Amino acid sequence: MSDQANRSSFKSFMSSGQPWVWMNAGAVAVSMIMVAGLLFLIAIRGLGHFWPKTVYEIEYDNGTNIVQIVGERVETEEVPRKRIVESGIRVDSDKDLIERSLIKVGIREVLGVDFMLTVAPNERSVRTPEDVVVLERTQWGNFYGYLTDVKEDGETADVGDAKLWDELERRLHRVTELREQIEDIEKNKIGSINFQLEKLRLKRRGLELRGVTEQRSYDLISARQDEYTRDYEVLKAELDALYRDIARDSITARVMTGDEVEIKLANVVKAYQPNAMSLVAKVVFYIKTFWGFISDDPREANTEGGIFPAIFGTVIMVLLMSIIVTPFGVVAAIYLREYAHQGLITRLVRISVNNLAGVPSIVYGVFGLGFFVYVVGGTIDQLFYQEALPSPTFGSGGVLWASLTLALLTVPVVIVATEEGLARIPRSVREGSLALGATKAETLWRTVLPMASPAMMTGLILAVARAAGEVAPLMLVGAVKLAPSLPVDMNAPFVHLERKFMHLGFHIYDVGFQSPNVEAARPLVYATALILVVVIVVLNLSAIYIRNHLREKYRSLEQH
Amino acid sequence: MTMAAPQISQDVLLNRASLELEKEQTCFECRDFGLYYGNNQALRGIDMVIPERRVTAFIGPSGCGKSTLLRCMNRMNDLIDTVRLEGEMLLHGKDINSKSINVTELRRQVGMVFQKPNPFPKTVYENVAYGLRLQGVNKKRVLDEHVEWALKGAALWDEVKDRLQDNALGLSGGQQQRLVIARAIAIEPQVILLDEPASALDPISTLKIEELIIQLKQDYTVVIVTHNMQQAARVSDYTAFLYLGELIEFGATDQLFTNPAQKQTEDYITGRYG
Repeated sequence: MSDQANRSSFKSFMSSGQPWVWMNAGAVAVSMIMVAGLLFLIAIRGLGHFWPKTVYEIEYDNGTNIVQIVGERVETEEVPRKRIVESGIRVDSDKDLIERSLIKVGIREVLGVDFMLTVAPNERSVRTPEDVVVLERTQWGNFYGYLTDVKEDGETADVGDAKLWDELERRLHRVTELREQIEDIEKNKIGSINFQLEKLRLKRRGLELRGVTEQRSYDLISARQDEYTRDYEVLKAELDALYRDIARDSITARVMTGDEVEIKLANVVKAYQPNAMSLVAKVVFYIKTFWGFISDDPREANTEGGIFPAIFGTVIMVLLMSIIVTPFGVVAAIYLREYAHQGLITRLVRISVNNLAGVPSIVYGVFGLGFFVYVVGGTIDQLFYQEALPSPTFGSGGVLWASLTLALLTVPVVIVATEEGLARIPRSVREGSLALGATKAETLWRTVLPMASPAMMTGLILAVARAAGEVAPLMLVGAVKLAPSLPVDMNAPFVHLERKFMHLGFHIYDVGFQSPNVEAARPLVYATALILVVVIVVLNLSAIYIRNHLREKYRSLEQH
Repeated sequence: MTMAAPQISQDVLLNRASLELEKEQTCFECRDFGLYYGNNQALRGIDMVIPERRVTAFIGPSGCGKSTLLRCMNRMNDLIDTVRLEGEMLLHGKDINSKSINVTELRRQVGMVFQKPNPFPKTVYENVAYGLRLQGVNKKRVLDEHVEWALKGAALWDEVKDRLQDNALGLSGGQQQRLVIARAIAIEPQVILLDEPASALDPISTLKIEELIIQLKQDYTVVIVTHNMQQAARVSDYTAFLYLGELIEFGATDQLFTNPAQKQTEDYITGRYG
């Protein structure tokens, strides 16, 4: 009897739909937790990297003698004692689990390594001296040590009563300004002269190829070349002076081994004393460092410095792709939905288009390389850039080909979304327009397409989401580890679509797996991943904003 | 399903109608007009004259073909691939289905208002100006004049004159329907076809539409399809009763409602079926 009652209550519980609701809610919760967890992990790992970390001075017993270690504690984990002992390290403790830390010690030129491992029981003493100095350098990684002297032209500088640290900061400020001037001359002014000289060289070569013998044309070119060369000489002299200036200052500092090391300030990007910083100072430092990360060029094979070219390349490529894919997809969808006879062939075309979305992206990369780069690009070079051959102009990977490849990859999404949008426009609206004497084309242009524009934007949003995250095909058609110049700059015609570009996704792969110092670069991988996510979200949000605006404007769909 | 075609003498029918029609000018004329959807015959053997500047109502039960016939008058059925026509549909003596007729030109002369209000998702002003802009009128002054005139003609001006730049979808159903009528008369057609224009509206809006229809016949030929026989009786001068794709009876409205010639007509208007 009670068994029966139980069974019927179970049955009624099942039929009430409660388990179903729980299952659905559970699925949503799991998805949410996974996404949030992913973002949280990336954010913590990536954003933490820029916080000025405490530098420890550790008296450490490495088994044979006691040494000093100065560095940041990067990671601490608990390891079974047995494992440490087996690796030949004596441990002064009986505990089963031993804390082991990874210490970043920098000064690769002295130690040959970036990191050291310590086990907690062997740390005889741990101090956080306020006067420890961290230098971020253009080579050899970070520097940790104690400032001993400030030098000018190799001689100890007369610093008066000022503290050494203040003097260092003052001189570093001067060096930074000089460095900015040097960069400006090298990248912008000399870069522009080189650009013009290259153009002249190609012009001369073009004249030769066309068999022009008139001496005047050549003389004109030569004259302009001389002009630019003179400009270059002037800049070169200026640059030499700046280089002499910047080489003036240096410091000496004691490192953990007790050695004294001389460091040219020209190689120092940033100097700070993390243990002496207040919280406010740390926050300011953090913001500055983070801004540097997203606005600077990379250094040291991408493992240091910023990722600005990669952000810029990603955004340019996605925008270019959107500009290509939207008209193309929309026009195709209009034909398929509005004009094509809805028969077997149209159905086949539609199925094929939908299946294109499922082709692995690397296949598109191969196609892009084989067709766009070699065939189209090669032909363009033959026809218009013959003077530059054999070095390719459009005949090698570039941002244009990458965008075209991705446009091809995402066009099915736009077609499907637009078609759905067109199908949802009520017949009554089309008839209303036709009844006023509009032709089919006029009805499309004036009424149907504006009303379907939110659907087109939906397609574009999906396309952007897919394209911005795609890496594999880009490696074949133009994304590179380090692009010498951005696809947009101040040299006419300002937009250089044939140029190779950097991409955040490829940057992550490169820094994380191809860099000489993977361990040191790992936080950058997380930070770059976070930026990539942010870039995609921003691109998507702007598209969604536009779509919602359009929806508001053409909201009749909900009323019919 | 199909009933045997009722045996009616077309002569008698036409004679009775012609008593009134003699005095009228002809706008539309159907001659043995028929229509197929694929293999399905939806209209057959329709002979009818629609007089100029009068209101003609089509009544009949659902599926009798009255909307189909109406849609033939500005060739809206062109949009349906499977439609095939027979016989002739003449507008002022010219067959509108002949190749020499420009269909968009025809639709400018024969405007149409649908069952559900279907304003475009644009401003009130742009809705009315839509047809004019199609004809290439872009001068603001001309447009302004026409929009005001059309909205007045549709008895909507007073209600929307301060909201011309608002989205038309914000208007009430009845206002939307009058806006659609304004949109139709803005391009100065000769004929206005109304396909159950009040069926989706409340009684007060319906009343306004009916008043408007009576007013419209001063300038336009109006053809209205309606389910509602009282409405047909109130607004129309002539009434056609269709049943299963055939024209059963056509005549002056007073006569058809008070003294129908056909038994089927009588059964329908007294509510015995339909």
